[in-house]
Amino acid sequence: MTTVDVDPGAAAARATGAILHDTLHGGERGVVVDSPPGAGKSTLVVRAALELADAGRPLMVVAQTNAQVDDLVLRLAEKNPELPVGRLHSSDADAYDKALDALPQVRTSAKAADLKGLPVVLSTAAKWAHVKVDEPWRHAIVDEAYQMRSDSLLAVAGLFERALFVGDPGQLDPFAIVGSEQWAGLSYDPSASAVTTLLAHNPGLPQHRLPVSWRLPASAAPLVSDAFYPYTPFRSGTDHGDRRLTFAVPSDGSGPDRVIDEAAESGWGLLELPARHTPRTDPEAVRAVATVVRRLLDRGGAAVSERGPHPAPLTADRIAVGTAHRDQAAAVRAALAELGVPDVTVDTANRLQGREYDVTVVLHPLSGRPDATAFHLETGRLCVLASRHRHACIMVCRAGVTDLLDDYPSTEPVQLGTLVKFPDGWEANHAVLSHLAEHKVSWRV
Amino acid sequence: MSLITTLARLEAVGSGRAQPVATVRHRHLSDHPLVFVPLTTAGETGAPLGALVGTDRDAPRLLVVPQPRDRDLRFTFLADLADVVLPHIEAYADSVEAAERTETDPETGKRVKVEAELCADAPQLIVPSRTGLDFVRLLGRSMRFRRTAEQDPDAPYPAPPRVPLLGRWLTHYGERARVPGSSLLLALTDVLSRHWATGQSGLEDQHLGALLAWIDPPEGTTGAEAARRAELARDADGQLLCPPAGPATDPAFDNKLLAPAIERYDRARTALAAAEDPVEADDLLAALTRAEREVRDLVESRTRPTWDAVWRGLDLLRALPAGAHVEGRWTRDRWSFTAHRDRVLAGEPPQPRRDDAVTAANKLATREREQARLEAQEALDDPLVMAERRLAGEAFAGEVTDVVMAYSEGRRPSPRPLVTVRTEDRPHLAERAKAYRSLGGRPQSAEFVGQEDDGALVLRILDKMGRGKEPEPGSVPEKGDRVCFTLFEHEQRGGAKLPDPEETPWTHGGPPGEPAPEAPDPVTEEDVL
Repeated sequence: MTTVDVDPGAAAARATGAILHDTLHGGERGVVVDSPPGAGKSTLVVRAALELADAGRPLMVVAQTNAQVDDLVLRLAEKNPELPVGRLHSSDADAYDKALDALPQVRTSAKAADLKGLPVVLSTAAKWAHVKVDEPWRHAIVDEAYQMRSDSLLAVAGLFERALFVGDPGQLDPFAIVGSEQWAGLSYDPSASAVTTLLAHNPGLPQHRLPVSWRLPASAAPLVSDAFYPYTPFRSGTDHGDRRLTFAVPSDGSGPDRVIDEAAESGWGLLELPARHTPRTDPEAVRAVATVVRRLLDRGGAAVSERGPHPAPLTADRIAVGTAHRDQAAAVRAALAELGVPDVTVDTANRLQGREYDVTVVLHPLSGRPDATAFHLETGRLCVLASRHRHACIMVCRAGVTDLLDDYPSTEPVQLGTLVKFPDGWEANHAVLSHLAEHKVSWRV
Repeated sequence: MSLITTLARLEAVGSGRAQPVATVRHRHLSDHPLVFVPLTTAGETGAPLGALVGTDRDAPRLLVVPQPRDRDLRFTFLADLADVVLPHIEAYADSVEAAERTETDPETGKRVKVEAELCADAPQLIVPSRTGLDFVRLLGRSMRFRRTAEQDPDAPYPAPPRVPLLGRWLTHYGERARVPGSSLLLALTDVLSRHWATGQSGLEDQHLGALLAWIDPPEGTTGAEAARRAELARDADGQLLCPPAGPATDPAFDNKLLAPAIERYDRARTALAAAEDPVEADDLLAALTRAEREVRDLVESRTRPTWDAVWRGLDLLRALPAGAHVEGRWTRDRWSFTAHRDRVLAGEPPQPRRDDAVTAANKLATREREQARLEAQEALDDPLVMAERRLAGEAFAGEVTDVVMAYSEGRRPSPRPLVTVRTEDRPHLAERAKAYRSLGGRPQSAEFVGQEDDGALVLRILDKMGRGKEPEPGSVPEKGDRVCFTLFEHEQRGGAKLPDPEETPWTHGGPPGEPAPEAPDPVTEEDVL
């Protein structure tokens, strides 16, 4: 690594410059960009879109969810209110964010023909798959390409000549609800990620990565980088001391308050409940999560960051709770409602992808489980949950997960010809837990 | 495992009997299924040792390979198998009815209805266990690229005439079995464990004997005792009382009984081949026949109990009434059967060894759609399955306590009544979440509006109320009605059309090129052992 001593802003700018150069002037049909959490992926997409539009190349943008598409449209509009933008949407009611209707330069339609001739048209991969064209787009940007399935790319790849693929390889892999072992090892395995297939067929494509995470604080970047991106390390854009989290109300000495103080101080906190096998919606753990959130709000938190000179109050919309399962999220929502806490985002790892908060409270995927299945061990799940925060992350977990990990070595069958994903969930979970052990607070003294 | 299955398993342990997890039968069962109980030889993948096959429970056809490593004998077995299976399949291929199919018009690109033939029924194949499914696939794979003497006069080891065709059919059945909810080829253990929860693990449920022991234990014993006996009990010679359902055999049987019998057969054959005197040869031939008879008896002794168990399992399943959507899913199986019949008739080559990118993506999309369809239909067909979804927060049932008429805004107001439902369920309803109920078999959609102070849910009904200003009678729930809404959709939308294989994009390796007929499998050393 030669960039260690260079200013993070300069390193990031150099990477972005190289990406834009390859995209606009390179000879290859595709460019792949790996982006760690919070490295400015959306900023890059918006910038590339604007430059391609400036260069007069008709552009289509493929994202994976409607929320992502709407978000990109809003960002594009913010950066360049002059640029006419098309938002292709499904024919369902509420197909897109109504905020787009207020933007005069944004044209929305369920028919691609209505948006013909606009410099930039954005939609989801699912909607693009229904579009038929006589002449392909000159260029495409595929966002969240690591979360896109290979078969989904197959359905849209005929629409464009060249493309920029952007995504985070460390997040959750796409999945299929039926078995797909039959195709494991084939270069075009339809259940693999779009980037895996793309690179298997086009190994010579230029690959870039964004080297700096602007979201993760200096306390989190090394852990997330070591545990989830061991071969493509990144660092934080801010330094220790650049961000501070303080609370007006002092600790009352309880477990939740002590773990909040620990996390405010060090960026990480592990609230450990006594070891026990529990149902998925472990009532004690759910209550602990809700109590931590309640105390975070009650204690009048204030966050100082490089974004401004004044502390920003830690409000409900700056806190999120992450879980592995939807029923767990529902249980936490119910518990929060009982404690009178509205407006805190509670969602599963899948839905928290790409989102950012000041503080996150995470119910550990393996907490209270008697077994460690591939789902709960998936590297991307833990990575998403551990990389949504700007200031601090508090994990709530029952004791005994390290023993569980040791009792259940990975038993997934090895498929010939597939790329072994590294690090595996077992390794990553151990790395995270051993770090969190230094920030452990017991539920009761 | 869902909460309700966990409970059922615990109750099974407590009561000593498997507990039902379905109130109706969720798979189609033919009146005349072809049951296939194969055995394989240890040590060589896909080498058949023998099989019981047939449609008559009292008269199965026994096929045996007395020396499983002998390729000629194996071909004889496969040819005999083809003689049983293919006539059964062909009997269904000729009886057709007129039907309609939507196709994409190659000129306009529009979806149009075309008249088509649909086989009135399809032959169903049943194997005892999931490993039996794999064996069917393996047999199909080993046969479909073989060349007959007619196809290739120079083939060093030509296959008997109908063997490659059998391979293509078994491949089709094996592939179809991967589609959720399909019933062309069923593994009995899978079907039984769909309908009953035992007090043992899912892995143990794959032992047909143990599974049946839990579902229908002999008088005076518990399921656990009977299952233990089925798995472990041995006679004085150390042989299992209940032989495994195969295709793999018990090692004790292989070592103590089968291997010596095959050896005697080999010796008898060698002796006969070396015989010079005709009188002596007669005796030796009799000895060879005796030796072959012994192997046949052994194979029958290990397959017959499984054969009977399969039919017993079918009896248990037939006692359940078929779910309402089972017939519709079977029609899809009939389409699948008809389509393959047409490919065979059209002289198309056997299924390729590997799917191309487009075929693989299409198959995955179809199976995902069928999986979602199956889950929805099973819940709609069966209150016990729906209870599972309700417990998971994916559906709710309750009583309508209030209906308030309301209308949509716009130039032509349409009815959008608000229905209040009191329920004890706790569905995961987000703001404006969609919910669906079945209205005469068609899904009616509603939107979650909010929750009242007493916990009752308010829904806005959105469709299926006719075109008029007033909803059609019976299309809106009334006060006092029991209703059940699901948060999952009842019908699956078709996915987007993928490009044709010859238009495979550059991201997926480009077009695969002209389809070349696949070469037959090369003969390896293992083939001429």
